[in-house]
Amino acid sequence: MAVPLSYSWRNLARRRLTTALTAGGMALVVFVFAATLMLAEGLRQTLVATGSPHNAILLRKGSETEVQSGIERWAAGIVQTSPEIAPGQDGLPLVARELLVLIGLPKKGKATIANVPVRGVEAASLGLRSSFRLVRGRLPRPGSTEVLIGAAVARGFAEVDVGQALQFAQARWPIVGVFDTAGSGFGSEVWGDVEVLMQAFRRQAFSTVVLRLRDDAALDSLQARLAADPRLQVDVFRETAFYEKQSEMMATFLRVLGVSLTVIFSVGAMIGAMITMYSAVATRIAEIGALRALGFGRGEILLAFLLEALLLGLLGGAAGLLAASLLTQFTFSTTNFQTFSELAFTFRLTPGIASLCLGFAACMGAVGGLLPAVRAARLSIVEALRGA
Amino acid sequence: MQEPLLRIRNLAKQYRRGEQDIPVLTDITLDIMPGDFLALMGPSGSGKSTLLNCIAGIDQADAGEILFRGEDLTQLTESELAAWRSQHVGFIFQFYNLIPVLTAQENVELPLLLTDLSARERRDHAVAALAAVGLADRLDHYPGQLSGGQQQRVAIARAVVADPDLLVADEPTGDLDRASAEEVLTLMERLNAELGKTIVMVTHDPKAAERARKLIHLDKGELWADTAAARAGAREAEPHAAPQTPGP
Ligand SMILES: Nc1ncnc2c1ncn2[C@@H]1O[C@H](COP(=O)(O)OP(=O)(O)OP(=O)(O)O)[C@@H](O)[C@H]1O
Ligand SMILES: [Mg+2]
Repeated sequence: MAVPLSYSWRNLARRRLTTALTAGGMALVVFVFAATLMLAEGLRQTLVATGSPHNAILLRKGSETEVQSGIERWAAGIVQTSPEIAPGQDGLPLVARELLVLIGLPKKGKATIANVPVRGVEAASLGLRSSFRLVRGRLPRPGSTEVLIGAAVARGFAEVDVGQALQFAQARWPIVGVFDTAGSGFGSEVWGDVEVLMQAFRRQAFSTVVLRLRDDAALDSLQARLAADPRLQVDVFRETAFYEKQSEMMATFLRVLGVSLTVIFSVGAMIGAMITMYSAVATRIAEIGALRALGFGRGEILLAFLLEALLLGLLGGAAGLLAASLLTQFTFSTTNFQTFSELAFTFRLTPGIASLCLGFAACMGAVGGLLPAVRAARLSIVEALRGA
Repeated sequence: MQEPLLRIRNLAKQYRRGEQDIPVLTDITLDIMPGDFLALMGPSGSGKSTLLNCIAGIDQADAGEILFRGEDLTQLTESELAAWRSQHVGFIFQFYNLIPVLTAQENVELPLLLTDLSARERRDHAVAALAAVGLADRLDHYPGQLSGGQQQRVAIARAVVADPDLLVADEPTGDLDRASAEEVLTLMERLNAELGKTIVMVTHDPKAAERARKLIHLDKGELWADTAAARAGAREAEPHAAPQTPGP
């Protein structure tokens, strides 16, 4: 049997200060690592939650974002009659033609202007977003310039609330209500009547058509049918897939940034662990000799010290993760690189991220502890007993 | 005639220091009988520890053989030697070499981790061994909470807990006051007389050596028998009895 785990553990507990300092260094690295992963995950979840798996979204062929896309009125008309569309509560097909444009609004407490997406919606739009909930005020009257604002817009921008008005496209847009869509990206948008917005922005084409799919097979058949129609140049996506793809570039950027930062920092943390473990070995040479004399093998000594370093890493990892988990309490906003509009989101901690961080921390410990552990294992018994 | 427990034949060891070969042991031949209590004396640097370490299987000789019940230790691999030590040898060190982060009981249990005893059996054995050295009430004490004499008694409990045939002790009283030293020596005498443990003890202390049944004198790498001359030599050696380890 191996040297007991309590041996490794209690040695860490014994040199409390060095353990705390070394683990603290690793905690910092894990914090950065966890924070960027949580950021990427938070953005991903926010954008993915924006879509529904039961909805399909149509864009002009080749356009990557809603802002770039354009679908002519006649083309939307063709799509609207598709048999794959499920009926809404009123019995009419649940399909909406929408417009997405960007406006600038001053941020709360700062002198900066940020882009805010303005979505032109139809009556069906609300039915298509099942998480839609009016928080305050009322719905706009159809055909009017009245608008709703998302909850994140109400929080993050100056002088926007029910009773006030937005000024854009040479018109005044009274705010009549605040809505929420369960933390999805819509919460960062302003919604108004699509036809009124089209006129105000002098647009001839809608941006997208969103529709509710009749059943699971409907997406394939819709894709096939629209692709075969020579008049139409559109791409059809499941809404969740579309928004997930939207998050990909930003999430990838964040992950690359996070991983490169972490790799650089972790070198420092590993050197810290290595120094700590080297000095741990140096002060325990005589006891290593005794253990070896009693019959414990080199492998068992190696393991005991590796384990000690690994526990040290885990300790740091747990501390870093704990600190990072506090980030989930706050809501942040960032620029959506796809639309260059403001997107509110929270840091998300998933079990996957937690185990990745702990695994990473354990690795940092083990890598830092490897050379010292090898040194401990390589000592000759006689020299060690002499306390060389 | 009884078989020796250990039969040492023409053992030699030397260290290389630069160009020079420094002989430490030259042609040591010695039989150690079961139940022997041997004191090994000699001036500092005479090779006592080196010989003891070879006998205990933690150091390697350059030539010669050490037969333990007919098995040549010098032919064993490192891991075979480790297994042999855990079964047959108990160690008592000058500075006790207890593990500071383990309690007395856990320290004593350490050698049993290398056996296939159950956790319960390990605990029972350790408790019994500590009781035998008079420390039944110190099971949960850490080494730092014990006096030197108590620590050495824990070390003795650790040395005997796995019931080895051979106990090796390198200056076991070297770091103790007279009273504690007497306690430790009495304990070793009892282990030898009552449990029949074979003991090889290196010591600078003639009082300690007197407690042994046999005395061997090592000087300039060679053995001198248990004669009046050896005893006289031992007395002479006493003035520079302070333990010291010449650096390379
Ligand atoms: N690793 C080594 N390298 C070189 N010389 C060594 C080494 N180990 C021991 N020696 C030498 O071997 C000789 C015997 O050492 P040993 O420790 O066996 O002596 P000792 O009789 O136990 O001495 P003491 O009474 O001081 O403990 C000494 O001269 C010592 O300098
Ligand atoms: Mg010595």
